[in-house]
Amino acid sequence: MTKSKYPAWKTGDFSNPANLQPIAAANTGFTVQITAGGLATPLFIVYICFRKNQPEIAPNTVSKNNQAAMKIFFKMTMLSMLTVVVLGSAKKEDHPGIRNELVDLTLEFDNVAGSKDLLLNSGDYTNSSGESLNVSQLQYFVSNIKFTGRNGKLFSVKQDDSYFLIQEHEAGTQTIKLKVPPGEYNKVTFVLGVDSLRNTMPIDKRKGVLDPSSSMDNGMYWSWNSGYIFFKMEGTSDAAPEDPTGNRRFRFHIGGFGGYSAPTINNIKSVTLDLSKQGAVKAKKGRNATIYIKADILKTFNGVTKLSIAAHPSVMFSEYSVNVANNYSKMFYHDRTVN
Amino acid sequence: MNRRYYFIIIGLLVLLTSAGTILNEFTGFQKPVNFPQPVYDFSKNPVTKDGFELGRKLFYDPRLSRNNTIGCGSCHIQGAAFTHHGHDVSHGIDDRLGSRNSPPIMNLAWANAFFWDGGVFHLDLQPLVPITTFSEMDEKMSVVLEKLRQQPDYPGLFKKAFGSEEITSAKTMKALSQFMLMCISSNSKYDKVMRKEGETFTPEEEEGYQLFKQKCNTCHAEPLFTDYSFRNNGVQPNRNDDRGRFVITLDSNDSYKFKVPTLRNIEVTAPYMHDGRFYGLGQVLDHYRSGVQHTPNLDPLLEQKGGHGIPLTDEEKLKVIAFLKTLTDREFLKNPLLSEQEGLLIYDK
Repeated sequence: MTKSKYPAWKTGDFSNPANLQPIAAANTGFTVQITAGGLATPLFIVYICFRKNQPEIAPNTVSKNNQAAMKIFFKMTMLSMLTVVVLGSAKKEDHPGIRNELVDLTLEFDNVAGSKDLLLNSGDYTNSSGESLNVSQLQYFVSNIKFTGRNGKLFSVKQDDSYFLIQEHEAGTQTIKLKVPPGEYNKVTFVLGVDSLRNTMPIDKRKGVLDPSSSMDNGMYWSWNSGYIFFKMEGTSDAAPEDPTGNRRFRFHIGGFGGYSAPTINNIKSVTLDLSKQGAVKAKKGRNATIYIKADILKTFNGVTKLSIAAHPSVMFSEYSVNVANNYSKMFYHDRTVN
Repeated sequence: MNRRYYFIIIGLLVLLTSAGTILNEFTGFQKPVNFPQPVYDFSKNPVTKDGFELGRKLFYDPRLSRNNTIGCGSCHIQGAAFTHHGHDVSHGIDDRLGSRNSPPIMNLAWANAFFWDGGVFHLDLQPLVPITTFSEMDEKMSVVLEKLRQQPDYPGLFKKAFGSEEITSAKTMKALSQFMLMCISSNSKYDKVMRKEGETFTPEEEEGYQLFKQKCNTCHAEPLFTDYSFRNNGVQPNRNDDRGRFVITLDSNDSYKFKVPTLRNIEVTAPYMHDGRFYGLGQVLDHYRSGVQHTPNLDPLLEQKGGHGIPLTDEEKLKVIAFLKTLTDREFLKNPLLSEQEGLLIYDK
């Protein structure tokens, strides 16, 4: 693979097939099983040969019946492993291009404020509490992207490559380029935020937008309370009280994956958009079907909880953040599809 | 028979003369025999000589701070058991002040949570806090990595430690962990008495130890002298109303609880408490016998009939302090392997 100036997480280019899983693998990690089987089979053979040549090591703990049963079990496991390997490789030969079959599909995020386009700093918007506001910063994580086909089959983008940081100030981040098996999909599902597993993974698993040198630089990670900030919106509003710098600003930094050693707030939100009304997406070879998704940031204020900037100019790691997350989890809607 | 004694004596002499050099040699992570199993998963980050030495160089390298003025070692001074001796709260870049006392870097392989509130749950994620915190080193991780890449020494050192010259966040954090994991304090007088290595407590220390076991040991559990729990020990909340563990869990039952700190090397880690409010061990014990405040979630162990705290006479107080001083580990405090000079000698010729 050639080194591109920008890593895949930044360009959203997942053209490298190694980054993707075939549809059958969506939930089971089929490719992983094949590799594991390939590795495990010789190991099992060695293990069984080794056992046969050994005197009984612990006659008190394993009865002869059990040993026989274990042998059968091992042989069966070995057989099934072999089958998996054979089938796996056979499948590849029969269909030389599961990987070649993958086609382009793009998710395009467009952040808006009600019926207006979102313009950083210059746009003037009003929330349902009647407070006028403008937005200086908007960032959020989109992860764990899945598509549901008409037949109900699920395709999941490979976990490791399914983390994106949408930034209003970096237009390039708003386009997520994916490769999917061809077909018609009428649902897209993603997590707004970062799942709890990734929040607790060893540091070497935190790549791309999750790497501390990226997520922290972007201000999307709480180092003092280990965890990612899922959604960040800041701006100014006359309704906000004056802060120590003399500005009237509001700041929403929302995160919380449920806690590591003690339970706490969980603001991970799963979003599913039905594409069928505005047009299901038809992923075809030679086309780059694009799903246009709009995110209405005013929903952050105007939801089940009517969020007033005057009352809550700063919401970060607190109980109240749950209300903000519930509000913004409803901000996405499918605008249109270009097949 | 006599010959055997000679051999033993000669053997002992050899051991004694080599004791100094043993300290200078890297032996990898070794669990002290009187310690429990560590909780750090070494299989994910095995401590190697090269990894440890890279970690030590990083630990003392001021490039980790925004204006290259302070390193980790600035606020974690070896002679003070890697605390910021004399500073009540952390004193960082541009003379900025934090709100809590700089904790020791010691026996971290046994710790399952870091900082006074336990907000960080893995050692490999810990250094991200001081590096990026405004009042500490105030630097960006990407800039740290870029500065290290520009420095001629580092790519080679990263290669020696981790197999490739690439400098990443993960490798940087893991190297720092390797250094910190090696900061093991297990050779105090107390340890030598417990391991029956020929040292004995004085009568005063022994009585202090017995009192300690009656009155302090529940929270400051041997042999690490902490049970790693979060408790409210009844110090009056500061004006900044630091609610400690609550900040992390948002559970009101955790308000004003802080992690029970280890008492190892307590003699050299003044000032004490999460905000460094007490400058002497006498003051600390006075707090426990007469200063405990009945704030929310006060630890039940400090609730006494007719009052709060731990009853202790003046005489008992002195004995407990005498015992606490047996937890000072001079070998650790002076171990050249952990010192800044050692790092400079090796690389910055």
